[in-house]
Amino acid sequence: MSLPPPSAIPPPPNAEPALRFDDVWIGFEEGPILRGVTFSARPEETLILLGETGTGKTLALKLAAGLLIPDRGRIQALGHDVSHKSEHELLEFRRQVGFVFQEGALFDSLTVAENVAYRLKEDGATDDEVAPKVQEVLRFVELEHTMEMLPSELSGGMRRRVSIARALITRPPIVLYDSPTAGLDPITSQTIITLILRLRDVYGVTALMATHRLQDGFALANFHFDPKTRTVRKGASGDNSKQPITRFLVLRDGRIYFEGSPEEMLRTTDPYLQRFLI
Amino acid sequence: MPDAPSQVTQPHSSVRETPSVIQILTEAFQQFVLDVQNYARMSALSLANLLTKPRYTQDTLDQMDDIGVGSLPIVLLSGFFIGAVMVLQTGQQFQRFGQVSLTGDIVSLALVRELGPTITGLLVAGRCSSGIASELGSMLVTEQVDAMRAMGTDPSRKLISPRVLASIITVPLLTTISVFVGLLGGMVASVFSLRLSPTTFWQRAIGILEFSDLMQGFTKSLLFAFILSTVGCYKGLNVRGGTQGVGRATTQSVVVSSVMIIIADTFLTKLALFLADKL
Repeated sequence: MSLPPPSAIPPPPNAEPALRFDDVWIGFEEGPILRGVTFSARPEETLILLGETGTGKTLALKLAAGLLIPDRGRIQALGHDVSHKSEHELLEFRRQVGFVFQEGALFDSLTVAENVAYRLKEDGATDDEVAPKVQEVLRFVELEHTMEMLPSELSGGMRRRVSIARALITRPPIVLYDSPTAGLDPITSQTIITLILRLRDVYGVTALMATHRLQDGFALANFHFDPKTRTVRKGASGDNSKQPITRFLVLRDGRIYFEGSPEEMLRTTDPYLQRFLI
Repeated sequence: MPDAPSQVTQPHSSVRETPSVIQILTEAFQQFVLDVQNYARMSALSLANLLTKPRYTQDTLDQMDDIGVGSLPIVLLSGFFIGAVMVLQTGQQFQRFGQVSLTGDIVSLALVRELGPTITGLLVAGRCSSGIASELGSMLVTEQVDAMRAMGTDPSRKLISPRVLASIITVPLLTTISVFVGLLGGMVASVFSLRLSPTTFWQRAIGILEFSDLMQGFTKSLLFAFILSTVGCYKGLNVRGGTQGVGRATTQSVVVSSVMIIIADTFLTKLALFLADKL
């Protein structure tokens, strides 16, 4: 497998954010869901968006991808003002963003290979150009043998892995994960988290991961994937300057309730946050 | 098609008051106007998309196969027996006046102008409008439509326009086939029931038709195709309430498209008669 080298230069601390939410509000008929959410993610940073069900984690991801337009506030991603673009302009922007949906959202009438190749085919790539890339990303998620299968023939975990492969095919600089381990058994969840680790440490993507499982966030913060030995190792990589930054954001009542490092999260004395740690 | 559920900018009160009858009626009317507006916008967009790239030719061919070829058996069967039953019903009346040979005239005019396009439109609406609504509705609730948008594909181009174009191409063809087998059915019935010669029936049936009759039938079938496909797409892409909503949208698509076809038929018939008088 010809994987590209990890980014040689770590992003400077004052680098332009890859993603920035600035006082973002959105609501529906039942009332506002997000009420003035502000945060930013630097390039190659991983943000873990924690929160109870219904706190707007998925909404935040959909806003970041330009799938929803905020009622108020501004969202910038990869230098684009996502909150003030037409649908036509957003279609172009979304090609630079990978989105892994909670249930995979695979096209059920297409095979696994066709699902993964979808975006390349949309760009007019020929079968000869598409085939090796599809094979490569399916090998990355260790599902090469499922190419001709339909999504209905896959298990829940396999569908998420195909969804990751589909998001990965164009090497997007930002990947948004919507509860990628929700409803999966611990072993399959670990497989998915390992994949996300590999994606981060091999391709150097900026990630925003919505989840209600704190252990997923700590796994991303406390482990790294070593491309040389192709194994997942505990702790920081040998070169600390390359160690990806993982931060936690906790959503509560439509606002950012907590923003900090894994250590700060662990040391918290806040009763609400401690409920996540149990 | 809206990109997102209707959004609000102002926080709502957490305590909801019981709405009055006036409020309920006002909201229902507002929703109706909003639906008409969104439907008109989506329909116009589905046609405008055909003028610019990207075009989804393979998707259009697949839909033509599904809508056209898939509907052929029911169109053939129903067309044949509608033609036959028309002869049985009208022939008896003509026999009383000794004008049995006129049966071909009346069956032909009724099939070409009215029954061919309308029955075909209703049958295809029952089969395909519901199919389109359930397919797109299922895609919506399983986030496949969002996934499509997230990958930079415009769902109106990929999902709506191919279905509309495929319907516009195939429904007039199905109508033509339906009229032809209807006349065949009428001929068979007239031979066995009225002892009319096939040649007489066929000559009368073809001879009575004018260009305006053919145009009337063709125009109707085009419009009915547009109605059944756009209603199916609109209902499917505006599903609310998960799988239960998909079922509701499927039923609504058949009901709404059938009613719209019958209403449109009335106005088109009046227009066609008016134009026939003028020209």
